[in-house]
Amino acid sequence: MIAALATLLCCQLAGELLARLLHLPVPGPVIGMVILFAALVARGRVPEALGRTTDTLLTHLGLLYVPAGVGLVLFLPLLAQNWLTLLLAVVGGTLAGIAATGLIAEFLFRRWG
Amino acid sequence: MDVPVPDLKELWVYLAREPLAALTVTLLAWLAALRLQRLLRLHPLANPVLMAILLLACGLLLTGVQYRDYFQGAQFVHFLLGPATVALAVPLYREWNGLRRALPAVLTAVLLGGMAAAWAGVAVALALHAAPEIVASLAPRSVTTPVAMGIAERIGGLPSLTAAVVLSSGATGAALGPALMNLLRLRDWRARGLAIGTASHGIGTARAISVNAQAGAFAGLGMGLNALLSAILLPVLWKLFM
Repeated sequence: MIAALATLLCCQLAGELLARLLHLPVPGPVIGMVILFAALVARGRVPEALGRTTDTLLTHLGLLYVPAGVGLVLFLPLLAQNWLTLLLAVVGGTLAGIAATGLIAEFLFRRWG
Repeated sequence: MDVPVPDLKELWVYLAREPLAALTVTLLAWLAALRLQRLLRLHPLANPVLMAILLLACGLLLTGVQYRDYFQGAQFVHFLLGPATVALAVPLYREWNGLRRALPAVLTAVLLGGMAAAWAGVAVALALHAAPEIVASLAPRSVTTPVAMGIAERIGGLPSLTAAVVLSSGATGAALGPALMNLLRLRDWRARGLAIGTASHGIGTARAISVNAQAGAFAGLGMGLNALLSAILLPVLWKLFM
């Protein structure tokens, strides 16, 4: 588990360094994901310990969003003032995004295999 | 005999200052939310992220603990978002064979769907005459938090308001997405995963992973690609049209 965590952190660190050195608009962890993916393709398989650790981590992916989410208490006045706009924009935009992505993807998967 | 009277105030000061208490309540709130979700038979509306956030937010408001002090402890959980994002490479790799063939379709769907998610929200806010900085904060709504905050900064939004609308978009998609996709008769797990990952980033992806492995891999892909494409395209399009 520790070796797997070290692997994840190394990829993230490499990603952060690349993002800063090359002034990329993408954050370090996303570049780290690309690095780990390339390493897995080069290796040809997922090491068992890495697979177990990532599965555990991703099962609780939702938990990791909680601390930032609680930050909404800082915006209560702003939210109270604009709640209708924010609510309609968030719900409308999200549902439009899901419908558009899903319908286009299903159509193209059927057409292109 | 002289029994020392416990000084409750001192105890409270200790608890509020040390990271231990905040970290513990965060995990306990998450476990409570998971149990509640099971009690409600895994209904999509009973989203554990949303329920845990509401529990903790009410707790902070009731006890008067500052968010900054709470975050001192909760940041250890928050920190794991980075390694977890890297970890998404594993399900992606496991599904790579099926994914490679679908890549042109995936790219097209994420590009168009991600833009629809961004501009539909912006259009609603413009129609309701929202202030410019609120409109700009809403644009990167469906992108994962750290990238979204960076985009908001570049187009004149308020990064911290963006974080709040990003998280609510994630929870909205995870809660209402499955019903909408059933209504639209989307049956392909790949399309369903991609849609929820593109529009609702990690919170949607967390839901997809818990339902179906293939949907989870495509959700992670949708989230990663949308972050990449939006970070490049949104600032450029904003300068052109807004």
